[in-house]
Amino acid sequence: MRYLPHTNEDISSMLQVIGIDTLDGLFSNIPEDCRRAGDLNLPKPLSEWELNDHMSKLAGNTAVSPEYKVFMGAGSYEHFIPESISYLLSRSEFATSYTPYQPEMSQGTLQAIYEYQTLTARLLGMEVANASLYDGASALAEALLMAIRITRRKKIAVSSLIHPLYRRVVQTYLAPTDCRILELSYLKNGRTDLTALDEIDDLAAVAVQSPNFFGCIENLQAIGKKTHDKDALFITSFTEPLAYGLLKNPGSLGADIACGEGQSLGIPRSFGGPALGMFASKMKYVRNMSGRLVGKTKDMDGKKGFVLTLATREQHIRREKATSNICTNSSLCALAAVMYMASVGGTGIRELARLNYDKSEYLKKEFKKAGFTISFDSTTFNEFVVEFPAGFETKYENLLDKKIVSGLPLATYYPELTNQYLFCATETKTKEDMDALIRGVKS
Amino acid sequence: MKESLGTTGLILNEPMLWEKGKKGRCGFSYPQRDVESYHLDDELTGTGPDFPDLSEVDVVRHFTRLSQWNFGVDTGMYPLGSCTMKYNPKTNERQARLEGFSGAHPLLPTHLSQGVLKLMFQLEGFLSDITGMDAVTLQPAAGAHGELAGMLIIHAFHKSKCLHCSKIIVPDTAHGTNPASAALCGYRSVPVKSNEKGVLSAEAVAEIMDEDTAGIMITNPNTLGLFEENVKKIAEIVHSKGGLVYCDGANMNAVMGIVHMGEIGVDVLHLNLHKTFSTPHGGGGPGSGPLCVKKDLETFLPVPRVVKNNNRYLLSENFPDSIGKMHTFYGNVGVMIKAYSYILSMGPDNLKKASQLAVLNANYIQKKLQGIFHLAYDRPCMHECIFSDKLQKAQKITTLDIVKRLMDYGFHPPTIYFPLVVNGAIMIEPTETESKENLDLFIEACKAVANEAQDNPDLLRKAPTRCKVRRLDETTAARHPCLTG
Repeated sequence: MRYLPHTNEDISSMLQVIGIDTLDGLFSNIPEDCRRAGDLNLPKPLSEWELNDHMSKLAGNTAVSPEYKVFMGAGSYEHFIPESISYLLSRSEFATSYTPYQPEMSQGTLQAIYEYQTLTARLLGMEVANASLYDGASALAEALLMAIRITRRKKIAVSSLIHPLYRRVVQTYLAPTDCRILELSYLKNGRTDLTALDEIDDLAAVAVQSPNFFGCIENLQAIGKKTHDKDALFITSFTEPLAYGLLKNPGSLGADIACGEGQSLGIPRSFGGPALGMFASKMKYVRNMSGRLVGKTKDMDGKKGFVLTLATREQHIRREKATSNICTNSSLCALAAVMYMASVGGTGIRELARLNYDKSEYLKKEFKKAGFTISFDSTTFNEFVVEFPAGFETKYENLLDKKIVSGLPLATYYPELTNQYLFCATETKTKEDMDALIRGVKS
Repeated sequence: MKESLGTTGLILNEPMLWEKGKKGRCGFSYPQRDVESYHLDDELTGTGPDFPDLSEVDVVRHFTRLSQWNFGVDTGMYPLGSCTMKYNPKTNERQARLEGFSGAHPLLPTHLSQGVLKLMFQLEGFLSDITGMDAVTLQPAAGAHGELAGMLIIHAFHKSKCLHCSKIIVPDTAHGTNPASAALCGYRSVPVKSNEKGVLSAEAVAEIMDEDTAGIMITNPNTLGLFEENVKKIAEIVHSKGGLVYCDGANMNAVMGIVHMGEIGVDVLHLNLHKTFSTPHGGGGPGSGPLCVKKDLETFLPVPRVVKNNNRYLLSENFPDSIGKMHTFYGNVGVMIKAYSYILSMGPDNLKKASQLAVLNANYIQKKLQGIFHLAYDRPCMHECIFSDKLQKAQKITTLDIVKRLMDYGFHPPTIYFPLVVNGAIMIEPTETESKENLDLFIEACKAVANEAQDNPDLLRKAPTRCKVRRLDETTAARHPCLTG
């Protein structure tokens, strides 16, 4: 086996040094009744070339572009990824290193993560960002737990227009606690209804997503004000960070914590993971933040360098008193994101976000022209909801045969929204693709 | 000794990203604009983030230079104890990059994602066989995420029996994240000390186990690199009081094909695909922390679960007792693909052999370094061995000094000051992918450092001298945090 370098000669000379006769002898401390009786029951090994065939066959089974046109976002977006990023990420100095516990040998990862923290903070308009969490959902759960820790209150209000799967993860995380989750319903215009907030006090936090699950841009400033009037923390979640290339960022609108999914920033969809939990807050809350942080410092000669810092928040020092249990994060995905943000640049991200906005506006307009109803009239980014006449399921299936995935049926997540579909168009969809979709839907 | 691996070469300085570039440059190929520009309310638009504008060459040079300040498994031996830094096969990367996997939208109708679902279903089966556990979820995104899922399952199990336990037993030889994961479920950790042999005694557990205790979190093999040989007896004690046994399986690399976790009383166990199953650690992640359970806990596993029905693979939510969702979608599928490729490349016999050789390598190092450094527990080890700086104390040389000097010899340091049970611990895990020659070079380097500690201790205190930077001021970094530029 090419990954195992030992020759029989090596093995016997090493066993001799140890003073035993056989490899089995190495396990003499394991009691007989803990041993496995038979051999592992796994397939025989494949050569590299057999594996290539096997995997190509499996991968060939999936509907992906360019063969398929997938007009579906819902927290996982198709964006162009420059080859330079994939190439840089595959550099094994980045890919095959561990968490940078030994800073002198990890300055590459450390500076890159510091740059990621900086550009993330700038994108979100926040004072400090951490080195990453698992994904958008766990980032939201950690944000809520953080707000509960800071305020020492046990009630949180969560918009029903936060990604439904994020809300389910939040429920899982909070299930063993005695915290209560209040769900805020939504208005006819596709934004969060805040009226329920008037009747509750003692809130730890109010959490909303913008652009929300329907693609609608929330009035963050107004929600932030109302939240702060209640003395609660304002948490903004997101699934599409590219939006902040064009839209006002959450920090400038009053967010105390901004968190979400960074997959859009140069990370392939990979059937939903690995993803990138982006997490930022005001500086005054940094010691309550979960996840790792890289800080700037100097070496013995006064030269600039970077280290993992504020580790007293972490489990290896405080064990059960840690701010969270997170250890491994999404470091390499954070690297992809900083490479992506650097590649598109300040001028470019604005242009690219604008193009995304315009593409989806074009598609929206064409749906309207074709006689369909746009369900919510608030301004959207990238995504929007279309209502179809009853029986669209058949058309949806027909379009799948034509290799078009025409949106995401919403009834699974919002039972009241029968025949309503969430569509997404990014820079990857041409006018021609969108026209073909409209023709298909109309036919 | 032979010529040392550590040397100096030309690496280049590189400023911060935002100190480079010029307005108007761009490193991204814009798609054609084929639609007009539509109105957008000024109220909603911001000024855009303050990012630098860089060309593709700027970006490529920047990150290439940064990468050269890093050390990875591909650079050299990386014997971080507890982290299993084995070689990351390159073919695995090819497989995960295949467009049919990397380009797949997670919410595709399942008949359009059969390939990846089949892979996940099979991988669950492989892991179930390797551990001897009955059912597996791949959803947790990291080891600690798997621990949390496991704790949530234990919590849900007790709740289903209308029991509310407030405590959980965590030995001093468990991983650091264990108590934090338990705390998230409201459990108070009750510490228990390992005995003079470095393992847990059944008596120590019997003394504190009661009906208010949800169970025990054992790391096995433990963080001293020793097999918890009383595990079966301990499990009986815990079970007799209604508790469950959680096993941190981060050290599974020592016992593949050797121990049947399902038959030693373990109820819940997590694995780290980025340790045992060769997927790269990426400078901190992403990892993957599948969770394996016994039959009677299967009902609590996170949803959706991949199920096979009439030769079709489906994602089923139909598990009403489930703890719910742990991840937005299904976990780190890209990492699962690499682990799946690894298992198929290795096959059953080589996986077992990997464990044997990992244990062989650790025992070889332990034997060879005995007397050079102080051995914490003088008995055969599993996949890692633990020394300390006790012998160097006379020279006022610490563990930190020793490992920083190892860098100058071209080795990544072992894990240090962990586990906490050993003062000044030096925890060495060579893994099976290091050859005897590499181990010998490492051993020579350790001996040279130990000699220097005697003859010229300042060399150690001033080390490293061959890295991009010298020792860094971590105290100031924490006292006056500078976290963004």
